[in-house]
Amino acid sequence: MAIEARDIETLIRARFPAARITITDLAGDGNHWAAEVIDESFRGMNRVQQQRAVYAALQAKMAGAHGELHALALTTKIPE
Amino acid sequence: MSTAKDQIRQTVTSNDVVLFMKGTKMMPQCGFSSRVAGVLNFMGVEFADVDVLADADIRQGIKEFSDWPTIPQLYVKGEFVGGCDIVTEMTLSGELDALFEAKGVAFDKAAADKIRAANG
Repeated sequence: MAIEARDIETLIRARFPAARITITDLAGDGNHWAAEVIDESFRGMNRVQQQRAVYAALQAKMAGAHGELHALALTTKIPE
Repeated sequence: MSTAKDQIRQTVTSNDVVLFMKGTKMMPQCGFSSRVAGVLNFMGVEFADVDVLADADIRQGIKEFSDWPTIPQLYVKGEFVGGCDIVTEMTLSGELDALFEAKGVAFDKAAADKIRAANG
């Protein structure tokens, strides 16, 4: 089951309203995504904590072995 | 499930470096697992590999253990370091070298430099 880029962005946006979010379809198959999230709230967190926060926003879509969101390459950054 | 978590805790405390992955380090079954195993192999790091595809309880248990939803997962001295993206970033930035040095894990610095030179 594929997922749309804007669905991913909407889910992330709900948790990080002011973030800069870039979603890329890596393979063009709606199945392998890359997301870059740049948000002030990441300041003071290490990468694991930052990415846990993003994964938490996407949890419903990643749950189980057959979640809609199969592969997501995640990059998190603090605004410069 | 508690037995799976006990088993995981036992594994990450009795091995300096552990990679929970799909497949084995000699035969990875997923590109993300393959990349992390490849980095560790290339850097000459001795690590224990746990194939989550071989055990459904471990596969689910490791996600709860670390509060991290994806495989692979790298542990150094019992501490969760990250998945494929974090390990890749840390390899290229030199943070992984610093972590291994700080934790007393032997690795081939020249090989790590070679990865950075090829992906700079």
